[in-house]
Amino acid sequence: MADLRDLYQELILEHSKNPRNYRELAGASHSVEGFNPLCGDHFTVYLNLEGDVITDISFQGTGCAISKSSASVMTQALKGKTRQQAEVLFNRFHNLVTGKPQEDAEDLGKLAAFSGVAEFPVRVKCATLAWHAVHAALEGTGALVSSE
Amino acid sequence: MNTATGIVNGVSMNPAAAGFDVHRLRQDFPALQQMVHGRPLVYLDNAATTQKPRSVLRSLEQFYCEDCANIHRGVHELSERATECYECSRGKVQRFLNAREPAEIVFVRGTTEAINLVAQTYGRKFIGTDDEIVISAMEHHSNIVPWQMLCDATGAKLKVIPITDSGELRLDEYEKLLGPRTKLVSIVHFSNVLGTVNPVRQMIEMAHARNLPVMVDGAQSTPQTRIDVQELDADFFAFSGHKLYGPTGIGVLYGKREWLDLLPPYQGGGDMIRSVTFERTTYNEVPYKFEAGTPNIAGAIGLGAAIDYLEKIGMANIVSYEQDLLEYATQQITAVPGLRMIGTAREKAGVISFLVGDIHPHDIGTILDQQGIAIRAGHHCAQPVMQRFGIPATARASFGFYNTREEVDLLVEGIEKVREVFA
Repeated sequence: MADLRDLYQELILEHSKNPRNYRELAGASHSVEGFNPLCGDHFTVYLNLEGDVITDISFQGTGCAISKSSASVMTQALKGKTRQQAEVLFNRFHNLVTGKPQEDAEDLGKLAAFSGVAEFPVRVKCATLAWHAVHAALEGTGALVSSE
Repeated sequence: MNTATGIVNGVSMNPAAAGFDVHRLRQDFPALQQMVHGRPLVYLDNAATTQKPRSVLRSLEQFYCEDCANIHRGVHELSERATECYECSRGKVQRFLNAREPAEIVFVRGTTEAINLVAQTYGRKFIGTDDEIVISAMEHHSNIVPWQMLCDATGAKLKVIPITDSGELRLDEYEKLLGPRTKLVSIVHFSNVLGTVNPVRQMIEMAHARNLPVMVDGAQSTPQTRIDVQELDADFFAFSGHKLYGPTGIGVLYGKREWLDLLPPYQGGGDMIRSVTFERTTYNEVPYKFEAGTPNIAGAIGLGAAIDYLEKIGMANIVSYEQDLLEYATQQITAVPGLRMIGTAREKAGVISFLVGDIHPHDIGTILDQQGIAIRAGHHCAQPVMQRFGIPATARASFGFYNTREEVDLLVEGIEKVREVFA
């Protein structure tokens, strides 16, 4: 039995109760909705992109502890990053939660708290929902992404 | 069965159904014997699908091992056997629903296809611009979307019966919705989210007083109560085999003969025709007119075996056992601090939808799963119900006749564990 504490780590529970950057971003240059039609998780991620840099990022919406805390930690991780850095982080985060081996997992910082998700394949979509929204915003591929 | 004392292992026997030996019946279900995440499986997702008894599995094996042939066309022995088994199942369904004749039983893939069939046949023939179809606010998507598609194609309008905070239909509003443009009422019998038992007999009477036909979605009710389509006086009634302890991919549309005769065919193909030339095709009679192509022969036979199995136990025994179990479960679950039950109608069947504090149902589902307890978390294909109650999702425990009071106790312990993780 996978340990529930591996999934529901303190940092995750804390961020789900007190999400950071949890607000609408007035005058955001990008906003994208992330939606999981299967479980009803629904977030809007707001971005301010100046040139190539994410100068501000926030989110709002409803979802499970995993999706909400992941969105919260993501906003902290992406603030001040360039478009390219953000995409690299998304790839590394995706590898982390799907259990793919990678070097230097330690320098993922708070994102590393989501490593337990790999033991719960049905929850990968929860952990990556907000990331998919950011990816869509950066790629300019639409205002609504679905994790299905 | 232990009819002498009604006590097995000294626990869990329902006095209301002495002779109903749940622990012995559970032995008939191979899937219930397994461990999940190191714990005995507690399967409480029966509103999604039910597990299958060995007799159903054997009927499928027998068909594929011995009787496998196409039906209604072969002159050889296997085809005769397959045809006989398939039509014999139609007879079983007819008696199970108390339909007047086997021709009123159409085999389809499931409740969803049955509703689409009525929407596409009755709809195409009788519904036009500005006509109205009445459904309710507690419908499954399968009893919403086929009608919306029909409305898009015809310019008809969908009218929705509102529900109360406890999850009951507002019959006064229903009465008002039945107007001069109404052409059909399609209503769920037992709600898959709220557990509400709707007064369909009365609702059908109200519609019939205005000469309006009524379709009943019996996906949840058929496994949980004795269905008598003549007593209900339903014009159409649909259910799915897989929720009735039968195989997936098979279901039934019951229709009154006079309606089925009137309706155009659903899909075109083999078996649904009498003769075909490039100039003109004449259609087969009911029910074959609606069964184009090779049907799910094995599924129909498996459904027949499921009905045999249920009738051996007795639907009356099943109903009283499940009612007792639901009462027990409701008491135990609502005693959990911070738990809110969604759907508190006066008359309910085996579904408990709930929320625990502000913990998301998806997290509840994962933590219960780690304890071997299978429930469903989400909107249960009924997003308008979620919108009505202003919630994104619920956790849902749904019961079958093989569930026990001990399993209810394990669920309650499991929910306590959820609260611990999120404490």
